[in-house]
Amino acid sequence: MAKKYRSKKALERGTNAVIYIILTVMSVVWLFPFFYLLLQSFRGEPGAATLYFWPHEWTFNNYIKLFTDTQTFNFPKWYGTTLIISVVVTVLQTAIVLVTSYALSRLRFKMRKPLMNLMLVLGMFPGFMSMTAIYFLLKLVGLTQEMGLVGLILVYVASSCMGYYICKGFFDTIPKSLDEAARIDGASRHTVFIRVILPLAKPIIIYTVLTAFMAPWGEYMFASLMAFGNQDYYNVAVGLKDMLKQETLYQYFTRFCAASVIISVPITALFIWLQKYYVQGVTGGSVKG
Amino acid sequence: MDNLVSALDYLKMTAWQKFCYKFAAFFKSIPVVFLNFFRKTIPSLAKRFWNAVANCGITVGRAVKYGDWKTRLSFVFFGFSQLARKQWLRGLLFLVFEIAFILYMALFGGQYLGLLGSLGHIEMGEYEDEWGNILYTEGDNSLLILLYGLLTIIFIITFVYAWYRNIKSAYYTQQLVEARKGLATAKEDMNAFLNEQYHKTLLGIPLAGLTIFTILPIIFMIFLAFTNYDENHMPPAKLFQWIGWDNFVKVFGGSLAGADSFGYTFAHILMWTVIWAFFATFSNYILGMIVAILINKKGIRCKKLWRTVLVMTIAVPQFVSLLLMSQMLADEGAINNLLLSWGWIREPLPFLSNATFAKVTVIVVNIWVGIPYSMLICTGILLNIPEDLYESARIDGAGPVRAFFKITLPYMIHVTAPYLITQFIGNLNNFNVIYLLTGGLPRTSDFTGNAGETDLLITWLYKLVMERQEYGLASVISILMFVITAVVSLVVYNKSGSVKNEEDFM
Repeated sequence: MAKKYRSKKALERGTNAVIYIILTVMSVVWLFPFFYLLLQSFRGEPGAATLYFWPHEWTFNNYIKLFTDTQTFNFPKWYGTTLIISVVVTVLQTAIVLVTSYALSRLRFKMRKPLMNLMLVLGMFPGFMSMTAIYFLLKLVGLTQEMGLVGLILVYVASSCMGYYICKGFFDTIPKSLDEAARIDGASRHTVFIRVILPLAKPIIIYTVLTAFMAPWGEYMFASLMAFGNQDYYNVAVGLKDMLKQETLYQYFTRFCAASVIISVPITALFIWLQKYYVQGVTGGSVKG
Repeated sequence: MDNLVSALDYLKMTAWQKFCYKFAAFFKSIPVVFLNFFRKTIPSLAKRFWNAVANCGITVGRAVKYGDWKTRLSFVFFGFSQLARKQWLRGLLFLVFEIAFILYMALFGGQYLGLLGSLGHIEMGEYEDEWGNILYTEGDNSLLILLYGLLTIIFIITFVYAWYRNIKSAYYTQQLVEARKGLATAKEDMNAFLNEQYHKTLLGIPLAGLTIFTILPIIFMIFLAFTNYDENHMPPAKLFQWIGWDNFVKVFGGSLAGADSFGYTFAHILMWTVIWAFFATFSNYILGMIVAILINKKGIRCKKLWRTVLVMTIAVPQFVSLLLMSQMLADEGAINNLLLSWGWIREPLPFLSNATFAKVTVIVVNIWVGIPYSMLICTGILLNIPEDLYESARIDGAGPVRAFFKITLPYMIHVTAPYLITQFIGNLNNFNVIYLLTGGLPRTSDFTGNAGETDLLITWLYKLVMERQEYGLASVISILMFVITAVVSLVVYNKSGSVKNEEDFM
């Protein structure tokens, strides 16, 4: 008995060792691109790829040049543009998603079900197919080029109510008896929403804020259309993709890496800080920590 | 258990068989849903629509017959009845709307509406002035005529509806006054919007945005499928016309065997799209589940650390990681260089430049992108399985392997079936991974329309529009994709638990 117990324990230890090895290998594979990115951003030699892994010459120049040498590629401006878009979109989108989800979850009206299906289906239409139409609509009211920032924000926010799904799912889990108690006390539906539901919705609000904030940093299609090739109105995604075009790849690849690091670090930090809420949102609130 | 197997047979199946059965049943139900959509949904919608129209007609008829002069004047002057009876807020709102509409039609909408039938007559002209400069005369712009024409039609529909609401409200106000009941004051009207009418307050702005920025463009695109908008008919220099179903014929009617026909390219790309979606979905799901189980195994330390490492890839903007990957995997990229310098290979591996290689590469990179998500989801479900199930299994003498196949896997499959199918749909339209990684390359001479070997339908569409300006054809293809994905997702969502059991928790 004792022997069997020991062998079982040994087996257990063996499996765990194998698992640790697998997880370590995976972590290396998953982190390798980011590590490579970091290394390249400190590389002094130009060129898209080197025949060796560790840079021969270490330098901060790529970072400094990003902010000083803004003739060809005006990175600080792109960064500022994207940051503004991000912040405004986050505020508006969160408001719209919360409001839509609350209406669809708690209020009962005639067109509710058809509306939910409609919103779901509309999201399936290839977004860029509507780009031409949207571009000319915005042009009609003068929200392209110089005002492209406003136009872009409008485009991102306008359709955000279609992302109600996760948030509504969360509201569905808040007991309805809470609403009813408040209603009996004479609260209007508006008061119920503001005073009862919103305070309970902190996790889903953070989730919505997080996803809304992250999205504009990687948005390419609409941003490139709105800027219409005019560098001053690029966001970071369009700008960085532009850096990698054939003519500038050799000279700017390391700077591209530096820029990527600058973009990634704050978002990653924010994400890891709020990870708990993200996981709750994605898994429908079933993971607690 | 509709008709594939009997209920008894179903109960006898193992979890895996049940899962396969459900999966098969789902795809089998798609054509049925499709048919039902035409046989039942459309007629019932049409019936409801006509009933609603008839009801409106009755209301209007009553207002004509029994309305006093104030109500009847409201037929022309919006809000007159309400204003005459001192319901200032409602009356003013209706009146302002009417004035705005008339101004819009007179100053802007009317001209476009008139040209909608022909999409414009006057082509842009070119002439030289006395100094030899080339100048252009302004012609009609078919694109703007179509777009603004549709916008005007939407406004007209809104106007007709507002007219109806105005009459209904006018007559209602009259009835209340005749019955000597109090009218709602402006303040009460406002309060209703925070209570009984709260959904209108909440959804007003979101739906306005949705109509203008999503629905109108989609209708616009659907209409484009019936025009010859392509590189030879580019506004503003040229006009385009209505051509009926020609674009559809071009996509479906062309011989499937002949290269350089759209039918051939379409069929091949569609096939790769489905294959890609299948492998991308299942590889991510199965591997993600395995990773989740490994991390969750008892006795493994630092669970949170392992998860965070993987989850970091979600946080870094996808365009950064994918662009970087495409650079690293290029023929002269970092990975080839490293392998060469270590002497593991002689020739650079064509990760992205050989068709078969590239297809495998995108699936592998997609695993790298997708595992963190599926790992998260599976972790959530794993933690949800009641511990006592395992406890009793152990007491009954089941080992960990048996417990996995009898408890974990069935539970997992049961819960994640809808997730899997949504992933499948998402992968059908996975623009980012393909476009940023390979850009659809490598090219092949077999395909037309700039399509490459790894192009999905969605990236091909993007090229058709951006590189070839084949708007008409692209619209046909996007309508098609839209119909397929929309039907599949409607089936999934309406069958999935979260819609059916919406009020479980309430």
